[in-house]
Amino acid sequence: AAWGCGGVWCRAWQRGAGGPSPFLRGQRAAASSARGGAVPVGKSGLAPWVPVVGLEIHAQISSNSKLFSGSQVQFAAPPNSLVSFFDASLPGTLPVLNRRCVEAAVMTGLALNCSINKKSLFDRKHYFYADLPAGYQITQQRVPIAVNGSLSYSLCIDNKMSQMVTKTVRIKQIQLEQDSGKSLHDDRRSQTLVDLNRAGVGLMEVVMEPDLCCGEEAAAAVRELQLILQTLGSSQAVMAEGQLRVDANVSVHHPGEPYGVRTEVKNINSIRFLAKAVDYEIQRQIEELENGGTILNETRAFDSKLGCTVPMRDKEGKQDYRFMPEPNLPPLILYDAKSLPANMNHQQVVNIDWIHERLPDLPSVKRAKLVEQYGILPEHSFALLNEDGLTEFFENVVKQTQMKPKKVIGWILNVLLSYLKQHSLTVKESPVSSFMMADLLNLLEKKEISSTAAKQVLAELWKGEGKSPLEIVKEKKLELIQDQKELERICQAVIDGQENE
Amino acid sequence: QVSSALKEGRVTPTELCQRCLALIKSTRFLNAYITVAEETALKQAEESEKRYKRGQPLGVLDGIPIAVKDNFNTAGIETTCASNMLKGYISPYNATVVQKLLDQGAVLLGKTNLDEFAMGSGSTDGVFGPVRNPWSYSRQYKEKSVPKSHSEDEESNWVITGGSSGGSAAAVSSFTCFAALGSDTGGSTRNPAAHCGVVGLKPTYGLISRHGLIPLVNSMDVPGILTRCVDDAAVVLGSLAGHDPKDSTTIQDNFKPFELPSLPDVSKLSIGIPKEYHAPGLSSEILALWSKAADLFKNAGAKVIEVSLPHTRYSIVCYHVLCTAEVASNMARFDGLEYGHRSDMNKSTESMYAATRREGFNDVVRGRILSGNYFLLKQNYENYFIKAQKVRRLIANDFLKVFGSGVDTLLTPTTLSDAVPYREFIKEDNRTRSAQDDILTQAANMAGLPAINVPTALSERGLPVGLQFIGRSFQEKQLLTVAKWFEKQVKFPMIQLEEVKRHNHDVFQHQKSASFS
Repeated sequence: AAWGCGGVWCRAWQRGAGGPSPFLRGQRAAASSARGGAVPVGKSGLAPWVPVVGLEIHAQISSNSKLFSGSQVQFAAPPNSLVSFFDASLPGTLPVLNRRCVEAAVMTGLALNCSINKKSLFDRKHYFYADLPAGYQITQQRVPIAVNGSLSYSLCIDNKMSQMVTKTVRIKQIQLEQDSGKSLHDDRRSQTLVDLNRAGVGLMEVVMEPDLCCGEEAAAAVRELQLILQTLGSSQAVMAEGQLRVDANVSVHHPGEPYGVRTEVKNINSIRFLAKAVDYEIQRQIEELENGGTILNETRAFDSKLGCTVPMRDKEGKQDYRFMPEPNLPPLILYDAKSLPANMNHQQVVNIDWIHERLPDLPSVKRAKLVEQYGILPEHSFALLNEDGLTEFFENVVKQTQMKPKKVIGWILNVLLSYLKQHSLTVKESPVSSFMMADLLNLLEKKEISSTAAKQVLAELWKGEGKSPLEIVKEKKLELIQDQKELERICQAVIDGQENE
Repeated sequence: QVSSALKEGRVTPTELCQRCLALIKSTRFLNAYITVAEETALKQAEESEKRYKRGQPLGVLDGIPIAVKDNFNTAGIETTCASNMLKGYISPYNATVVQKLLDQGAVLLGKTNLDEFAMGSGSTDGVFGPVRNPWSYSRQYKEKSVPKSHSEDEESNWVITGGSSGGSAAAVSSFTCFAALGSDTGGSTRNPAAHCGVVGLKPTYGLISRHGLIPLVNSMDVPGILTRCVDDAAVVLGSLAGHDPKDSTTIQDNFKPFELPSLPDVSKLSIGIPKEYHAPGLSSEILALWSKAADLFKNAGAKVIEVSLPHTRYSIVCYHVLCTAEVASNMARFDGLEYGHRSDMNKSTESMYAATRREGFNDVVRGRILSGNYFLLKQNYENYFIKAQKVRRLIANDFLKVFGSGVDTLLTPTTLSDAVPYREFIKEDNRTRSAQDDILTQAANMAGLPAINVPTALSERGLPVGLQFIGRSFQEKQLLTVAKWFEKQVKFPMIQLEEVKRHNHDVFQHQKSASFS
């Protein structure tokens, strides 16, 4: 069920698959807390709990080359084929900042309502690991490129998808940093294989304030961020390809008391798993505390097969990263229209205002425009944007049909989309083109076929045999009979038939 | 002069190369070279010869034999940093400065010896052994040295080159090459230049690319230039300076190579004498020379005034914090995984790292890594690193103030004394020695300023003593002009080495100081 935990009503916490004992069964959630967040209850009679969720999101920047070197950025290339001397940390090599990565970060910062720091700095974060050739990561710890923004996202507050509520999560900062390589542990041969293709790829780390309170909110917020990034083009943000990675910091506390100890949950590979992982961890912590235990400040991995979080063996003890300014990179200076010196070459600098003027319509704007232009409901606009290519499909159909958009949307969202989902196809892979769809809807609109018949035609079209809707209608004799006399004759035949029995 | 000799055909690049290679062989006891690239050097000389025959030399440096300190990457030629960690390491690329020299047609004879990873002030702490100062074998030194006992022969009396670019300084000093690249982080080019009687130039930070120079302290390192005369230093500088897109700390401004006036004039200049450079331990000899030098300028009409750089005495301590911190960071990449030494220990990745780094680094390097990591710990960062950065700014401001008040160049000693015998030097550890020896040179690195050692006179023991000039940021032309004038005044004597005589370098014979420009 797609309901959120914000707003007036809060649902009871339900048992997760393979989760702990059903201590919450039968309990109804108490009234929501002052913040409007969920207030799950523990065992009857005990004080309610407030979960606190903060997300750290790493988005791989969509660029031709890496953040500090000229080697290519590409998914699934042969191991160690995209590694420059600098990426391999050969002694004597130096970082050179990639302009495109800076622009991507500025775009993202602007889209998230951040203040862009006109001067930001780079730092080294030290730790030893096989996938970190230099023994340190170049990041922005002291002064990142963007700070103090916000992300608005929407949730349905009941399972009918008829009421959506908008929530906001504050963005603490966005920083540029290097991605690490990949290490694969071969336990059988007791060795680790290291692939440095990913080492040095540009990342934007988006740090959110802990304003979220459950898995649903986390999923919705990340989904919206994903759409924004994809709209901007600053990141392709495909979680399955590791272009968007989410770590969740989770803790629980009683209302009015200080925040509890938090755990960090990693290894979350999809938005669906994000919601599961967060909810599981909240439950686990509540149960632990109610049974008199304590929460360790540890890092846990989400096991998608078991649907639970487990402690991660690798990250033991607290690390002192020995941050130090990166001496090989001068401060990053950005300009706006006011501060741009007159004689400065436009090609040499990054102009914040110039980027701002060229930002595309963000998802929220696009949705509003769809609602206004086509008279569809807000929930419909969400559904349209949520599926890659669906908006274009819808708009193409509308262009080619006389049927009102308000009616078209039903066919798109309820019929076409469910077909696609059933067959695990993307809109691009749809055997039914917008042209065919429009044709079909025109037949329906002109009352040449019934709604039921239209669904039958669609089933045929789905087979992708290349026949047009009209051809199928003729073939299967699905035409609506317009002739009055003919109808009477048929009815009479039926009645006569009945009489004979 | 040798350049014009090449042009006129009085000597060919191949001959020149062969003579230098032969001299390197006969001065092997100096241990100045770690790697001699005989084959490639001869090939380069051949190519150069072809160009001269066509009448199309690439420039003044075409065919000129040079040497490069072994912490610069040279493609296809081993780069070791005098460390076990990089023994056998063959880099796939050339440092920008090396590439520039090769593009000008210079002939790369080999890689010179240094303190391991450039940490030290004696060129004694590398895995290939210490470098011997060529002056140890000069007639001038032998005449003045009195053996303390019968059993002592000249073998144990040899003096150090200073460091850490000792190999490069020795190579230039013993005529095996016409110019060499060193590096300078706390005085590593100027110090050995002073002890070996050659010109050692530390350019302004940001003027010459560090791409390919294996870093010690990224915020202070510069490539250094060692030559036998100031004019040559200017020529090499001209071929190396300028923005490098691969090094983001190089300045963008267009650099214009310059020629020094043949008759430099210092009468309109103001020379500053910083009183704090009268440091404890400064030998009376050098003090006297310093004073004489000041008088020389006065008599030439220059304005000579005493100035103060009050934070000078904090520079060594400040340097130790910042240097070790950067070292700890820069050395983190040596884990045995991608290149370099890898230990056989393979129980776990961590144990492999630990063993590799213990086996690969000497005590000096390990000591600095440990100190540096200590200073970078969260609980110490504010009190050590941040504080040191603040002190660094104060030191830099001292210079700004003095230069802002009308002083053009500063005149100071380069070292506290002449070169000490090796057996004396090793009585103290590397850290102590560095702290002592860097004191007169270190501040210029803190402030990023250009500085140059000019060989001045021979000490009572017959060893070279130099004096240092420190100039304004990016004012190398003025700095070198002053240096050239001074060089002409003092007429520093040529080293009298048996080996050099034997090789009959007639190119040098009739000149007071050998140069190629």
